[in-house]
Amino acid sequence: MTTTENQTVPAQQARGESPEAADGKPDEQAPDEVADTEVIDDPEDESDEAELESADVHAEEDFGAQEDLGTRDGFSPDDEVVDEPDGPDTVPLARRRPDDRQPYRELGLQDDEYAKIRDILGRRPTQSELLMYSIMWSEHCSYKSSKVHLRQFAEKAVPSDRLLAGIGENAGVVKLSDDLAVTFKIESHNHPSFVEPYQGAATGVGGIVRDILAMGARPIAVMDPLRFGAPDHPDTSRVLPGIVGGVGGYGNCLGLPNIGGELVFDPCYQGNPLLNALCVGVLPVGGLQNKAATGPGNSVILLGAKTGRDGIGGASVLASATFGSGSEARRPSVQVGDPFAEKLLIEVCLEIYRADLVVGIQDLGAAGIACAVTETSAAAGTGMAINLDTVPLREPSMLPHEILASESQERMLLIVTPDKEHTVLAIAERWGVPATKIGEVTDTGRVVIEWHGQTVVDVPPASLADDGPVYARPMREPNDLPLMRADRAETLPRPTTGDELRETLLKLVASPNLCDKSWVTEQYDRYVLGNTVLAQPEDAGVLRIDEESGLGVALSVDGNGRYSRLDPYAGAQLALAEAYRNVAATGATPVAVTNCLNFGSPEDPQVMWQFAEAVRGLADGCVELGIPVTGGNVSFYNQTGAVAINPTPVVGVLGILDDVAERLPMGLRNEGDVLVLLGDTRNELSGSEWAWVMHEHLGGRPPKVDLAREKLLGTVISAAAELGHLSAVHDLSDGGLAQTLVEACLRHGVGATIALPESVEPAVALFSESAGRALAVVTRGHDKAFTALAEEHGLPWAAIGVVGGSSLAVREQFSVPLDELRTAWSGTLPALFGGLEPTSN
Amino acid sequence: MARVVVDVMLKPEILDPQGQAVANALPRLGVSGVESVRIGKRIEIDFAGDADLDRAREIADKLLANPVIEDFTVRVSDGDA
Amino acid sequence: MRIGVVTFPGSLDDGDARRAVRLSGADDIALWHNDPDLHQVDAVILPGGFSYGDYLRAGAIARFAPVMESIVDAAGGGMPVLGICNGFQVLCEAHLLPGALVRNAHLHFRNRDQMLRVQSTTTAWTMNFTEGQEILIPVKNGEGRYVADEAVLDELESSDRVVARYVGGNPNGSSRDIAAIRNEAGNVVGIMPHPEHAVEALTGPSTDGMTFFASVLAHLGGKVGAEA
Repeated sequence: MTTTENQTVPAQQARGESPEAADGKPDEQAPDEVADTEVIDDPEDESDEAELESADVHAEEDFGAQEDLGTRDGFSPDDEVVDEPDGPDTVPLARRRPDDRQPYRELGLQDDEYAKIRDILGRRPTQSELLMYSIMWSEHCSYKSSKVHLRQFAEKAVPSDRLLAGIGENAGVVKLSDDLAVTFKIESHNHPSFVEPYQGAATGVGGIVRDILAMGARPIAVMDPLRFGAPDHPDTSRVLPGIVGGVGGYGNCLGLPNIGGELVFDPCYQGNPLLNALCVGVLPVGGLQNKAATGPGNSVILLGAKTGRDGIGGASVLASATFGSGSEARRPSVQVGDPFAEKLLIEVCLEIYRADLVVGIQDLGAAGIACAVTETSAAAGTGMAINLDTVPLREPSMLPHEILASESQERMLLIVTPDKEHTVLAIAERWGVPATKIGEVTDTGRVVIEWHGQTVVDVPPASLADDGPVYARPMREPNDLPLMRADRAETLPRPTTGDELRETLLKLVASPNLCDKSWVTEQYDRYVLGNTVLAQPEDAGVLRIDEESGLGVALSVDGNGRYSRLDPYAGAQLALAEAYRNVAATGATPVAVTNCLNFGSPEDPQVMWQFAEAVRGLADGCVELGIPVTGGNVSFYNQTGAVAINPTPVVGVLGILDDVAERLPMGLRNEGDVLVLLGDTRNELSGSEWAWVMHEHLGGRPPKVDLAREKLLGTVISAAAELGHLSAVHDLSDGGLAQTLVEACLRHGVGATIALPESVEPAVALFSESAGRALAVVTRGHDKAFTALAEEHGLPWAAIGVVGGSSLAVREQFSVPLDELRTAWSGTLPALFGGLEPTSN
Repeated sequence: MARVVVDVMLKPEILDPQGQAVANALPRLGVSGVESVRIGKRIEIDFAGDADLDRAREIADKLLANPVIEDFTVRVSDGDA
Repeated sequence: MRIGVVTFPGSLDDGDARRAVRLSGADDIALWHNDPDLHQVDAVILPGGFSYGDYLRAGAIARFAPVMESIVDAAGGGMPVLGICNGFQVLCEAHLLPGALVRNAHLHFRNRDQMLRVQSTTTAWTMNFTEGQEILIPVKNGEGRYVADEAVLDELESSDRVVARYVGGNPNGSSRDIAAIRNEAGNVVGIMPHPEHAVEALTGPSTDGMTFFASVLAHLGGKVGAEA
């Protein structure tokens, strides 16, 4: 994971360090050549890339990268890379045989990148070194295409005294009180989850959890924004249950409540489902850990699972090229998650943190040991001497480059002073977790790795971790965008009569993106740890952090690929606005942002334009809202052939509640409460669920963004909550007012009678997705005071109804009994993916 | 009726947390000398007519095993059914 | 009053069970799987989770933990023992309770707020309920389907050993809607849903779970009183 961290912008940068320093390595690769690896990839999770390759299965669907492979002249199986029988490629051998041809192109390196490596080393790289550079300089690990854009998050960052100094490692850290801080981050594991849905999703959760753990935090909850292809496509019935099972299987067994997420269907994700996973953790303010391997003489300890041939990306290229075909056992394999091992790893690390036993720590992700040893020593400006013979292996026949690149899960690298080594090993022993000293920190400025008495790697670590290539790739607005934008959904025929409106409402609530998601969420434990105050389907997840004071956090993750397709700048801001609004709707004060940017191939200038626009939109939006981006992740190459997914920036917002007992839920409960619609409703149907469900239409411009309005909305809700005016608040977003009312009614089975505002026609009032709106449920008797408060703040409001009854009744239009609504709303996913009702007895 | 037995095992290079958990538990039961344990699935398919190994292989390949992480073998059951 | 909560590697709800014990007014004592010492506790809770990963069968490996030998002995002597979810599975594997818990009929993990009817109030853990009382507590399991042969089920029913049943829908396909059972003496109870997740209005669907913990304190208090 570390590798992935890419965008973490934090405080360091904010203070003037270069963003690159915070991100990881540099590199460039030529994706085309990379073949599978790249295909996979997203920079986001480390593990993915590797897996891809394993997935030959899938390769052909990815963009056209592979064709090139066969024709590249960089290397062919006849050329021998390494030839000493029985021996690995070593540094002396590299010196002795400088002209051996090497399969760098197959590994995704460009000619000039390879030349640069030779330049850095003053010789050709060994096989192990070549593999290390190819992975560390890949898009996935180095963010070489995204870096130039991501630096805006740092450059535009709003100063925040809540952002703890010295962050910039794996995730941002936000101070909650004098004693407590939280850290949170989202990552993707998209491609592996397509190849092997259960394990891909499971290891995606495992990866982000270790990221948070490496910060010194105890992970306390996860969330999972998920996106799939068409709900009725046969492959969706393979991918969705597997991914949901994997998220649940891993998270449940780890003992982390799942408090929210998204479930979105769109045909654009058919061959590229998106598995994004967010983890939040809590740590003492002084307990932030870092990854720097300082102190020559300190021990380097590998903690956790044995190392096997898991997800060895480029290693397969070397294996097949070097050893000929038939070495099945050397082929890369899908990583299998072991949540029990991770649970123990968490307990060991936390015990070690409490006793202040480590100097540095880093989780192992993409490029495994190779990445961890170079990043930790690069971060400290030190060197390291590693003996691979000490690494516990699952398969003793593993070769050095396989050991270095293995992506076996549930491992951490610790830097420990010699006097504490014994204590660290004893704690690991007590929990039954393997821990082994594999080397020492040195002052040489080189990472030197030995295997069977021979030196297989001797590199300056910063050249892998920090000095990779950076690209400013060409960008161009998509050719079809002007036409799409001209084709507005506002011109489509709308329902006008009460019956038509009723029918439309029922069809919408039963549509896959708006229906009841409990088929999915019931597979997740939301109760474990006993601090979940709100979880799905509430607007945001709310966690109690301090049982004494009630101090807690609210979290929401949101994205809308359709809006972003129509306007990536606005789409990213709308995702930010929605997450912000969801957090504010609980009464919390939003304070920090994380993101996961899911896009097609950066080599496509149209995709690159979408990416740049989305990043610019998000960075500008954060400035306007006054909250910083604290970290994130980029996933490129989410495309099938030449067709990319809709650009899908997913944004997570974290807010603070001084006392979670004061949080606002979303459901109607009390007869006689007054429903007040906050904000302006405009005729904004382009990109809406209504347009998609009723007309299969995507065109026009997304709803107008007004971040000042979002802020105002949050301010009014928070003030009203403090004054005790509100019994609930539910945000308006996908599906518009109609969906908000349905969800609020069905939450506790309490109806409402509504009089639609007359400023717009009924269909627009019900289905428009204008941003900056929320439904306030005002406690009976408080309505005058509440509306006066809104008035005072200049926030438009309209009293639109009263809570009560067993129907959702819209005056002069229609009425639907809640039972009928519930049947329509809750039947969809079970019908698609199988009922959860057990046979009785 | 003819029975075909399909054994599905994780590929050798794939981590098997289940087998590992059992292997780790054995010393507590006083069992030593076990180097590793791997756990798979056995599926019995009863054909109406003759045992059809090709058909069984097809079933195993398409459904019973996940070729990304698992291997399988098929055999006609002789007598143990 | 000292109530021990066992932590196996992979236990997850041990912290929640300890919180519930504290909220009930008792002292929560951490017990460790590898340590046979019960530290003078008056009662023991085996919490939910995935002990040792539960990769073979839920509870199958935990049963052999050193602490379990002490617990089996103590249970034989009348000490109250409550197994929640994974703890229930461990109690069945350890043969302190009959039957077994197998994969849910629909094959999915399921977490929902579940209505139960308390059937037996003659146990150390349910004496403060009224017979037939309906309560709401979370259920969350992947292997929570209670099964036993018909003779055992009949005997459980006829000897008032079905402690609680699912009502308003059976979440996992358990035989005869069984959610909780007890041993003959009534000191050992296994329950699949999670009382420890229904002890605070803020975080649970109700506070009905609290009565399990209040019951055992009443039971122990009564016993202490009687002995004195």
